[in-house]
Amino acid sequence: MRRVLLQLFFVLALPVLLVAVWWLASDDSTNVFWPPLRTILQTFPDVWTADRLRDDVLPSMWRLTAGFTLAAVVGVAVGTVIGSYRRVRAVCEPVLEFLRAVPPPVLVPVIMLFAGIGDTMKVAVIASGCVWPILLNTVEGVRAVDSVMAETARSYGITGAARLKNVVLRSASPQIFAGLRQALSIGIILMVISEMFAASNGIGFTVVQFQRSFAVPDMWTGILVLGLLGFLLSVVFQLVERRVLAWYHGLRASTRRSP
Amino acid sequence: MLDVRGLNKVYEGSGRRVEAVRDLTFTVDAGELVCLVGPSGCGKTTLLKCMGGLLTPTGGEVLLEGRKVSGPPPGMAFVFQEYGRSLFPWMRVAQNVELPLKQKDVSRSRRPELVADALQSVGLADAADAYPWQLSGGMQQRVAIARALAYEPQVLLMDEPFAAVDAQTRADLEDLVRGLWRERGITILFVTHDIDEAVYLGERVIVLSASPTVVQEQLKVDLPDERDQLHTRVAPRFAELRTHVYEQIQAAKRGTPQDAVKADTPPPH
Repeated sequence: MRRVLLQLFFVLALPVLLVAVWWLASDDSTNVFWPPLRTILQTFPDVWTADRLRDDVLPSMWRLTAGFTLAAVVGVAVGTVIGSYRRVRAVCEPVLEFLRAVPPPVLVPVIMLFAGIGDTMKVAVIASGCVWPILLNTVEGVRAVDSVMAETARSYGITGAARLKNVVLRSASPQIFAGLRQALSIGIILMVISEMFAASNGIGFTVVQFQRSFAVPDMWTGILVLGLLGFLLSVVFQLVERRVLAWYHGLRASTRRSP
Repeated sequence: MLDVRGLNKVYEGSGRRVEAVRDLTFTVDAGELVCLVGPSGCGKTTLLKCMGGLLTPTGGEVLLEGRKVSGPPPGMAFVFQEYGRSLFPWMRVAQNVELPLKQKDVSRSRRPELVADALQSVGLADAADAYPWQLSGGMQQRVAIARALAYEPQVLLMDEPFAAVDAQTRADLEDLVRGLWRERGITILFVTHDIDEAVYLGERVIVLSASPTVVQEQLKVDLPDERDQLHTRVAPRFAELRTHVYEQIQAAKRGTPQDAVKADTPPPH
């Protein structure tokens, strides 16, 4: 019990401190663009009503999920192919390095030309940014399959789809998850940016709307919502990762104990 | 059962040409336990991988029951030295043992039987639900042996399987292998660099020369079938045999050419 409380204290101490600092520092602020935290929190329930959650948060989440899922499927599939064949890798690597170096937000205007300003565009923007870390990490993970494991699989006739499912992808899964984690934060950023460019709903759109109409405390609540959303998604991601990669964490802990 | 004929393996790469195995010819009969021993770096692993179809020989051939080995044959199972890298850490022990059976199209109802039986015979019936990395090194190697047993191979190839475990565990595992061999009548080819281990385990010891490898000598181990760590290892005959093998290995290291490849000629009593 004491340990749980102590842990809870460690988790909450810094956030509570930061909020307190914000609260005190902004308390007597008269700057229009820098409203007191009290005002922001008072505005919060008025702005983020059930209607708003349905009309703005849900569409954003849908775009993020679709874009992220698309990126994950394409990234893992293409990454596995590139990682498995040395020749393909030699051909693709320079191009990949180039594409990866292009900052994803810059693609928004380009993708708008092809995909219009609807949901397709946003999903495409999110997917095109998320795909790179997933793809590159998958390539590394697939390349790094242990030689003894690969030989074991071969000697027991584990080939083709079974090898892919039971050996290659499982062995690469820690790297794939590292890629997915990076992609998730990129996805949230691109979701907001694509909604700021052109949209009729979504969290990013709402924040820009508030800013344009000088509803400054409302705008701040939008930023808070984005922060909370990012935090929530990262917690969910961690839960999934801990389940899927339980073996990996156990393995690492056991090799640390006995080197 | 297992025929190795004129096996030759040359590695070529980055301007270097290394002849790992020059010319190896020997046979392993059905139900035999043969130990291959040779100086370190003599191409034992290369030989075993060629036999297991994991490497393509440059020359010569390997025949399993008269059929040429060109890829990993379903009648062979491999036990590697690096147990930690040979078991899949994302699968529980039972799943590790079962996976090759799925590939072999063993029926769904038969698989759990084979898995349970194999784990039972290596003394790990309780560990079925553990992950490999939760077990000690010796236990992990037992899992690898169980996986090979469940596969019901005609030939079991073991590549220095106990080189990485401590001495006591090693003695236990040696007895386990001899026990399984006597119980199940499988053919085992056991590669080791440990002379005592080779003599203790084998019915026959094949001594390999230094690389490029040829067969230095074949030696029948005329120790009784019933062997145990305590008595066999202090038996005068054991000492004679191990001394003889030791001399052969030393000769092989010096590269002294032997007059001829002698077959099945134990040193005189």
